[in-house]
Formats: sequence, C-alpha cells, structure tokens
Amino acid sequence: MPAYAAKRLLSVFPVLFGLSVIVFLVMSMIPGDPATAILGAYATPENVERINRDLGLDKPLVQQYVIWIGNVLQGDFGRSFALNRPVLDEVLERFQATLVLAGVSLVLCAVIGLLAGVVSAVRQFGWADKVITFVVLAGISMPSFWLGLILILLFAVKWRLLPASGMYAIYGGGDFKDLLLHLILPATTLAVVAAGVIARLTRAAMLEVLRQDFVRTARAKGLPERQVIYRHAFRAAVVSVIPVIGIQAGFVLGGAVYIETVFQWPGIGAMLVNAISTRDILLVQGGVLVVAASYVLFNLAADMLQTMLDPRIRS
Amino acid sequence: MTDSLMVVPAPKAGSQRVSSWKLLFHNRLASIGLCLLGMLVLVALLAPVLPLPDPNATAPAERLRPVLSEGHLLGTDQLGRDILSRLIWGSRVSMTVGFSATLVAAVIGSAIGLVSGYAGGRTDNLMMRGVDMLMAFPYILLALAIVAVLGPGLMNALYAIAVVNIPFFARNVRGVTLALSHAEFVDAARLSGKGHVSILATEILPNVLPVIVITMSTTAGWMILETAGLSFLGLGAQPPQADLGSMLGEGRAQLFTAPHVSVVPGVMIFLIVISLNVLGDGIRDVLDPRLRSGALLRPGPRTAVDPDRTVPKPGNADAVLDVQGLETGFTRNGHYSAAVKDVSLYLQPGECLGLIGESGSGKSVTALSIMGLVNSPPGIIRNGAVYLHGEDVLAMPETKLIACRGSRVAYIFQDPLTTLHPMHPIGRQVEEAIAAHQRLDRSSLRECSIALLERVGIPDAGERAKHFPHQLSGGQRQRVGIAMALANDPDVIIADEPTTALDVTVQAQILDLLRELQKERGMALLFITHDFGVVADICDRVAVMKDGEVVETGDTRGLLANPQHAYTKRLIACVPEIGQGKQFLEHVSALFRPENWP
Amino acid sequence: MTPHMLEVRNLTKTFGGGRALFGGRRHMVTAVDRVSLALRPGETLAVVGESGSGKSTLARMLVGLEKPTAGEMMIAGRDADELRRQGPRAFGKIVQYVFQDPVASLNPRKTIGEILETPLRQLNRYDAEERRARMTELLDAVRMPADTLSRYPHEFSGGQAQRIAIARSLAAEAQILILDEPVSALDVSVQAQVLLLLQELKQSFGLSYLFISHDLAVVEAVSDRVAVMRSGRLVEEAPVDALFSNPQDPYTRQLISSAPKVHKR
Repeated sequence: MPAYAAKRLLSVFPVLFGLSVIVFLVMSMIPGDPATAILGAYATPENVERINRDLGLDKPLVQQYVIWIGNVLQGDFGRSFALNRPVLDEVLERFQATLVLAGVSLVLCAVIGLLAGVVSAVRQFGWADKVITFVVLAGISMPSFWLGLILILLFAVKWRLLPASGMYAIYGGGDFKDLLLHLILPATTLAVVAAGVIARLTRAAMLEVLRQDFVRTARAKGLPERQVIYRHAFRAAVVSVIPVIGIQAGFVLGGAVYIETVFQWPGIGAMLVNAISTRDILLVQGGVLVVAASYVLFNLAADMLQTMLDPRIRS
Repeated sequence: MTDSLMVVPAPKAGSQRVSSWKLLFHNRLASIGLCLLGMLVLVALLAPVLPLPDPNATAPAERLRPVLSEGHLLGTDQLGRDILSRLIWGSRVSMTVGFSATLVAAVIGSAIGLVSGYAGGRTDNLMMRGVDMLMAFPYILLALAIVAVLGPGLMNALYAIAVVNIPFFARNVRGVTLALSHAEFVDAARLSGKGHVSILATEILPNVLPVIVITMSTTAGWMILETAGLSFLGLGAQPPQADLGSMLGEGRAQLFTAPHVSVVPGVMIFLIVISLNVLGDGIRDVLDPRLRSGALLRPGPRTAVDPDRTVPKPGNADAVLDVQGLETGFTRNGHYSAAVKDVSLYLQPGECLGLIGESGSGKSVTALSIMGLVNSPPGIIRNGAVYLHGEDVLAMPETKLIACRGSRVAYIFQDPLTTLHPMHPIGRQVEEAIAAHQRLDRSSLRECSIALLERVGIPDAGERAKHFPHQLSGGQRQRVGIAMALANDPDVIIADEPTTALDVTVQAQILDLLRELQKERGMALLFITHDFGVVADICDRVAVMKDGEVVETGDTRGLLANPQHAYTKRLIACVPEIGQGKQFLEHVSALFRPENWP
Repeated sequence: MTPHMLEVRNLTKTFGGGRALFGGRRHMVTAVDRVSLALRPGETLAVVGESGSGKSTLARMLVGLEKPTAGEMMIAGRDADELRRQGPRAFGKIVQYVFQDPVASLNPRKTIGEILETPLRQLNRYDAEERRARMTELLDAVRMPADTLSRYPHEFSGGQAQRIAIARSLAAEAQILILDEPVSALDVSVQAQVLLLLQELKQSFGLSYLFISHDLAVVEAVSDRVAVMRSGRLVEEAPVDALFSNPQDPYTRQLISSAPKVHKR
C-alpha cells in the first residue's frame, strides 16, 4: 500500500506539468497584444516593445514557458493589472472562500447522494425510490444558477429567513454562525446537481452489486438482509462510486463559478468571470492553475481512498 | 437437443426481436420525454412562421409587464420586449448550440476513442494522457479558459463546450473499443483477411454505436445547461442576440421587482433538459443489453413463492430433504416461463445425490430454489414444497428461512472468484459464516475459522486467513467456499457445479476432499453437475434432468451401466472416455444416424 | 519425408517485461517456453494442457494473431515472418482458427451471410455469384439450412454457432485448421456431434488439424499424436496410443488419472 501510494503520488507531477503547459499555451494563444492590453490603446511603439521585452514575449515559446513556470514555482504569478496587486495574493484569498463553499457542498452531496442512492436501490419501485428518482431527475435537469435565484426569491426575499448574498453580513457579522447562515443557500444549490449524479450512480451500482454471486453467497450463509446489504453489497458498490465523487469535486469547483456569481460569494469563480470580462489574463491564468491543481489533489485523494477500500487494486 | 447432424430449421427470425423503438415507447417516462422534446423542437423550428412579435423590438413604455398581460402572454422584459417571442427564439438558439456541441463532441471524441482503443500501446497511452489532461480541469473551468482565450460569443461557447465534453466520448468509446478489439470476432475478421480500417469501420464501429448514442443522449442535456451557463455569465450569446441563458442573466437585475423575467427562461431550460434526460435514460435502457434484459432489478432476500401454489405431501418420512412437485419459473417482460417443472427428489441422511443435466436443464434453478436463493424478481416458485426434516421451507417466515440457511442447509457455488466477496479477507468471510449462527467471541471465532481452513487443506491457514480471494488459486478459493459451507455443521450441503471452473487435477483433489468430509461428518450432499464422470466418482444416487424435468432417477452404478430413458442413454453414449479411443466417434456416428432417432 | 504443414522450433512468447514509466521492471510472464512441434499433412495433432499451460498462446502465434518473442515458425514450408510481412491475407489463406466460444467469435451485428462472405471476398477474391454458390456449399457441408445466411448469430444455439464458425474457417480454403478448445463450451451431446462433423470435414476437405484441448478423453478420440504442455513447456509428445497406454512424464500420468471416468474399471 505505501508503495502504491508513493507511485500514485509521483504520477501527479506529470499531470500538473501537463496542466501548466495547457494553461500556458491557451493563454499564449490569446489574440491581441498583452502590451496593448496593459498599456491601453494609446501606447507608444517604444513602450510596447519595452513591455514585450520585460514579459519575455520576444523569446521563443519554450523559453517563455520555462521563464513563466520558473516564476510560478517561486510563487510569482505576475500582477493583475485591473486590481493592481500580485495575482497570487488575490487568488489565494479568493480560493479560501471557494474552498469553504465547495468543501461544504462536496460533503453535502456525497452524504446525501450516497444515502439517497442506497435507499432508492434497496426500496426499488417503492414510493421512496419514486420520490428520490423524481427529485434527482429534476435536480440534474435544472440550471444551478436558476435554482439559486429561485432560492433567493423564496428564502431571502419572500420569507426573509436567510441572507441573499455575500459571505458575511456587512454590519455586525463575521462570526461562525453568520458564515453558516450565508453558506446554506449557495452550498445547497451547488450540491444539488452533484448529489443527483451521485445518487443515480449509487443506485445503479447497488442494483448491479445486489445481483452478483457473492451477494448470493452472503445470503446462502444465512446472513440477515441488513448485513447482506450494508456489509456486502454497499461495501462493493461504494468502491465504484468513490471515483465519481472525485469527479464531482470538479463539478462543484466549476459550478462554483455560477453560484458565486449568483450569491456574490467572494470566491475564485466570481473572480474568474470578472477577470475574463476585463481581460485580466494573468489573473485568469493564475486562478485556473490553482483551481485545476487543487482538483488534481481531490482526485488523488479519491483514488487513495478507493485503493484503501479495494484490495484488488493494491496488488 | 436442438442440435443434430440432420439439418435443423433455425429459429424464426424476428419473432423475439422486439424493435428498439417499440421498447422505447413501452417506457412511459421516455415517451413523455420524447413527446415534450418533440413539441419544443417543433415550436422552435416554427418560430419564423409563428405569429410572434419581433423578439428584439424594444418598447420602453411597455417595460416589465407581468405574465398574462394583454398582448404579452408571458409579459415583457426590462426593455419592453415580448418574453414569449424571445423565449421561443431563444430556445431555438440554445437547442441549436447545445445539439451542435453534442454532435461535434461525439464525432471528435468517438474518433479519438476508436483509434486509441483499437491501436492500443503507445498511441493509446499518448492519446489518453491528453484526454486525461483535459479531464484534469474542473469541468466548467476549462470552458471558461477557452472562452477567455477566444473571447465571449456564442460560437466560441459552442467550441468550448464541445471541447470540454470530448473526453467523455473518448473515454467511453475507448473502453468499449478496447474490449471489442480483443473480441474473438475481431480476431476472426482479421483471419478472414480484413485490414485495420475495414475492421474498425465494419466490425467495431457498429458495436460501439449504441455507446455513442447513449453518451450523446445522456450528455446533450448537460451541454444545453452549459451553453445557458456561459450565456448567463455574459460569455455566450451577445446582445441583441439572445439565448435562454442570456435572457436569464439579463433578467437577474430585475429579480426583486420582476422575477418572471428570469424565472420564465429558467423554466424553459428545465423543460428542455428534463425531457432530454428522461429520453436519454429511456434510450440507455433500450440500448444497453444488460438493462434490456432487466439485469437491474433488486433481488429480494428470498425467492417469491406463489401463495396459490399446490403443496404436495412429503414423500419420504426418513429423508433430510424432500423436494416435492417443485415448479420454479421466471417472469420477463410480463411473460412467465417455467425453468423447472414438477421436480421431486429426496436426500437421505449421509447420502450423495447427483443432479445432472445439460445447460438449461434447470438443475441450478432446482438447487437454488431449495433455500429460496433464486433471484426474484424475476424468479418465482409456482408450485411444490421443500421439506427439511418434514417442515416446508417455502412456508417458513423469512427470518426462520434465513436462520436455516448455512446452519442446516449450506451451499457451495461454482466459481469461487465471483462467489467470494472480493474485498473481505477470506478468514473474515469464514468467521462471518460462523457468527451468523453461533454466538462466539472474537478470538474463538478466529480460532474456529482457522481450524476450518486447516481442515479443508489450506496450508498455513493463520496467515492465509488475512488474504483476499484474488490472491488465492482457484482450487484454494473453492476450499474456502467449502470451509464456509462446513462452518455450522449443516445436515445438507448443496454443491452447485463446485468443480466446473477448475482444472482436472485440482478437480480430483476437491472431489476427494468433499468425499472425505461427507464421510467424516455424515452430511447429505446434493451435487449438481453436467459431468457424468464426476457423478460416477462421488454420487450414490443420481437424478437426470432435461428441460426442467427429472427424466430418470436411480442408483449411480446401475443408472450409468444401464440407463432406461432414451435421453439418458444418448447422453451417456456421448461422453467420451479415456480408453475408448477412435471407437468413440464410430459409436457416436451410429447414434446420430437418422434411423436411430427416437 | 513429406514436408510439414506446420513446424515450430524453440518458439517462445513472453508477456510484460520492459520498463515501467517510473523505473522498476514490470513483471514478465513466459507463456510459451521453447516449444518445438511439427504438424504432418492430414494428421490431427492435439495439444493438451490445463489453464495457464500456454496452449492457447501457442495456437494464436500459429495463426499470426500473436507475434512470437523468439524461435522459428514455418507454415506450409514458408517462413512465418515472410507471411507476416505480406499482410493479414497471407496467413489467413494457409491457416485458419476455430475459437472456443463460438458465439463470441461471430459479430453480433452481422448476418451469417455477411460473416461468411468476408473470407470468400477478402482471401479468395470470388465474385458475387461464386460467393453465393460457395456459401451454400459451405452451409451444406456443416449441415446448416440455407436460410441461415439471413439470420443473426444470437438466433443460434452454441452448437449451431460453432458449425457456422467452422464454415467460416473452411471458406478461407486453408489447409490447416487450428481448433482452440472447439467443443469445451458445448454440452456433451452437441460436443459429440461437432467432433463427428470435424472428423468428416477433415476427410472431405483434406485438412490438417491442430487440436487444442484440456479434455484427454476428447483428445484420445480425435487425434493421431498428442503433445502435453505444462506452464509453457512441452513435457511429452507421443502417438496417441503410446501416450495413453504408456505415459512417460509424471504430469501426463497425473492428468490421465485425474480425468473422471463414467464406467469404473
């Protein structure tokens, strides 16, 4: 197991390298001249040339990448021209807020999804299964930003139960309870789709496993049905659901873009959308890189967990 | 016995082949989805000819009219434009972009998957690493990055969404292609002289097509949602052009004053996507052969028993197990067919009864019916009784039946790799079998299980107990299966083809072990097999099954030497035996001459 | 001495090995280890072994589906490397293969007609009319009705599917058939009929068989010579009568004594 873990950990580096290359290439393909973007339309040719030289844009692409990745590894992601502050500072600050939101959503969707899926499978064609199937289907068919708006309309505007936007109240907030209250709506909205996907897959995995020979063996041993379902069937089903939860981490991180915009959550998603519209390329670059890297780590964790649970992968 | 040397008419074509469309319409939800989607598409297509006001005509005086106002069925937006008209024109744009993105992603992704899966090796590795790279980005983030590069706009959103979805197609298609390219029929085509391109296009692609269609139908909804999402963020459709997402985004500013401006487009997106998803599920159910055969039904803890079954009286007073008039069948797509008809057999204490038959003869179903282990649905026991020490198992309440399983009647199954739990150590699985019926503390459980493993001939049992099934050889796994069956000293062991998956040398060892254990513990053994040699080796009596019925029962030696039923005669004659040599074929050819047919 | 139909010398096949991406050698398995065999014209040579003995890998190498790691291979007097260079057709015209699982060896989405047509067109370059005629003859030879052509594989039982698969291998008009456990997936009564059919076809088409099996009783009934394999190696090779009456290798003896017998003597 430790050998496998080390090997799997090592395999993250080529992925991270590939990510950085893609991000770098994508950003270098941007039409137009970064110098003009920085200096504005009235730049003199001399100034443009100076900026290009400063940014290393007159050098070949490979060399540019080496310089860029060298800087990135030293924590220098460049400066955001729109905010006039180092990209890394802004990204890290924003990323914390996203991590709180996405983390809570991920836990929420995993717990709800697994639970709903198992209940739905075990009570196949019963009323619980029907209700869950319907809710799940509706959940995954809904634009999450629209659901967010509806929830704001209901809970914040109509019933005035929960705050509509932001991470903390502007006046007098700032404590944990305040954060929780602000989290409820966006975290729920963000979790809905992912929970639906997990529930569907868990249901299918459970139904598939319940047909397998080893479940029949468990029954033939005389185990009570509860043990057959939870100790034998669920144990085998959850192994195939874990990678899906890893993938959902990506949906949750990505979906945060919408939710943060709708709920004005000061996270990295909202930052990215703004940066794209102001064409603050370095900020986009830094943001995408950090989020993608964290997603790789999420998947690594899911992979490790799966390996821990399934002895067959280890050998 | 449908095969013979004589010309046999093949089964009627088309009779069992229910068309996929028909199956799809059988699925109520899917047909609702199809109708809804069809309507929405139709309306969107007809937009130019419908009597709708200009979707872009602004009328500041008519701003933010509510729903159901005069002249504006769904009201007007912040610029006084008619929402209904914009909704229909917007749906047109959203659906076009969503479907186009699906098509682009499907074509490119499937091509990558086909080539990668078929070529294998380095090409596969390289292409899949690239796809993994795309997948290493959180979903929407990559689309955002692409739009950031290309600039906001509907076409760019389309490209971004297509690119982001390519990996789904590539991976799904590659998985299937990889399996297919090692399929025997592909090897056969290669030997028939086909080249790589021809094999890919005519042998593999037709088999991959359902997967592509399934992936398309399940991702089309996503793609429409994502198009809407990018437009919502202002990165997709640019004004004055509007799709559903941008309508929603623009309406957001009026959320508190005129919620309908943003709610209405959201409802439309929801309707399109849910109809697509429902339809997609239906298509998947129809095209996936596993789902088509109803493989995803949850089997209950015991086989269903028809409450109106006939209950024959026990036939043998001194039998441990006495099956009388058993009929078990399966209900598929509303049709019932019996797999086992009027089967009666009994087991005396300490004897071994062989149940022999060819595939489909119903021997396994009979064996599983005894303790209600036939999966149900679709299985059902229609008639008969199973007496265990005079008590009808089929009439027992569930808890009592479960208590009898493993303690009084235990099973050994065919393939121990699939019948042992892959994620529990074997020692634990044996312990579990003991703990199901005996109250013991942990350490005595462990001792008991190790003693059992030692008894069945697992060397170094204490250490081996920590191993997982996949780390053991086939013979050792079957020994574990036997240990579990022995755990509670049952009166009857039902062994369902326990040696079929094993090599002959291992089979001989396992048969020796079973014979020895049976003698030592005085258990009755019901031995299911298709092999007359095995029957001769281990059974005292034998029952021959054909098409769900027992055709002949008798003492093993007598039955093998002098079979009475024509079927048994032929079956035994067809078994080649060492020592017969070339005579075997002469013998068989006489048997299959038309004049010797019954 | 007549030329051999098939002749292999020191044929070896290893899987795995090489270096993994992150250092460390990958596990290497020798599936076939220096096997030498010859198949004479018109004879049936059986290769017997348990699972993992390498008999199937050997068979796949002989039809060009697997490339040997080392050793020489002559097919109908021609060097296998030379055949391989000539492309997939060259092998197929000389050696054909019958698979263990007949249903898996037929493409589920093609009619039997399309399946049978392929070798006739690709290997023998027959025109449409000739193909039609040949297909009818072939179905006749394997005792299947003519309307088989328009049906799909799933409409047939295992035994019928194996007949169709045999017809396909005959369509190539090759002289050598490699039969890889052709009857193991079939019930005994069907198995006997297919064995009988194979025997007849061998005579009427003048074929040579390499018959792979794990079932000694079947082997004794159909073969002229027997080769016994164990973990990739050839442990014994002898004419069928000699092998069964006087097995030399202890493993062969063990195999023979383990085989279950219907009539105890």
